[in-house]
Amino acid sequence: MAGLVIEREILIQAPPEVVWRTITEPDQVSQWFADQADLVAEPGARGYLRFGDQGGPLVVEAVEPPVRFSFRWNAPNGEAPAPGNSMLVEFTLVPEGAERTRLRVTESGHEQLAWPDAEKRRYADEHQDGWGEFLDRLATLLAKRQAG
Amino acid sequence: MTTGIDDKLWSAVGDPSRRQVLDLLVSHGAVSASWLAGQVPFSRQAVAKHLAVLEQAGLVTRRKEGREVLFQVQAERLDEAARAMAELAAHWDRRLAAIKRLAEAAHADSKQRQEEPS
Repeated sequence: MAGLVIEREILIQAPPEVVWRTITEPDQVSQWFADQADLVAEPGARGYLRFGDQGGPLVVEAVEPPVRFSFRWNAPNGEAPAPGNSMLVEFTLVPEGAERTRLRVTESGHEQLAWPDAEKRRYADEHQDGWGEFLDRLATLLAKRQAG
Repeated sequence: MTTGIDDKLWSAVGDPSRRQVLDLLVSHGAVSASWLAGQVPFSRQAVAKHLAVLEQAGLVTRRKEGREVLFQVQAERLDEAARAMAELAAHWDRRLAAIKRLAEAAHADSKQRQEEPS
């Protein structure tokens, strides 16, 4: 995926159905994410995340229980989050055995629309760890060059 | 709800083309815009635009050498960006750990209720 910022995952000792409720039900979301979360897990639904005295809108994208859940947030100045102005957070739930779930989250930014798809794919493949790792590698490389 | 990275820096490195330009600048040191244009799959005008955005974000500076203008990466600013990204990763690690706690507690709870006849 072009624009991939970050990818993290964790193994949870609970089946996907339980993890699904934790990541989609507002009273649960307010325990791991925002201080207050107004959201309905329906594609296109608009919600709101409050963090202390700040906050902003969110728009739900994919809702495929209990496999995939995604939403957009972090649009500037309270604009409605849409492709190009916001961050896309995507959760993927993969069952491991009967009672375990591997939960993966990615956060991605602005897609580069002008690139041909093949070029996007190639670049995404080369940078699939996300650009957190990419920047880290660059900073390390640069420090080495300057020391040497 | 900010991510610990300022908007300019964010949008500067949020674009794969610009990351490719950054990548080239880090591995090749001070180079000209036309040299860069020869290395990437996009136009010279696009390279100039990307350089301007990177410059505004403080990630790249230009200097004149003879008749050429050379661009190079600002190490401090790049470090700052890398640190901000590490912070963002740490945010998600904390959130995932909280999800794990909540889901595992809910699961243990429902199993216990199933096992104990009411």
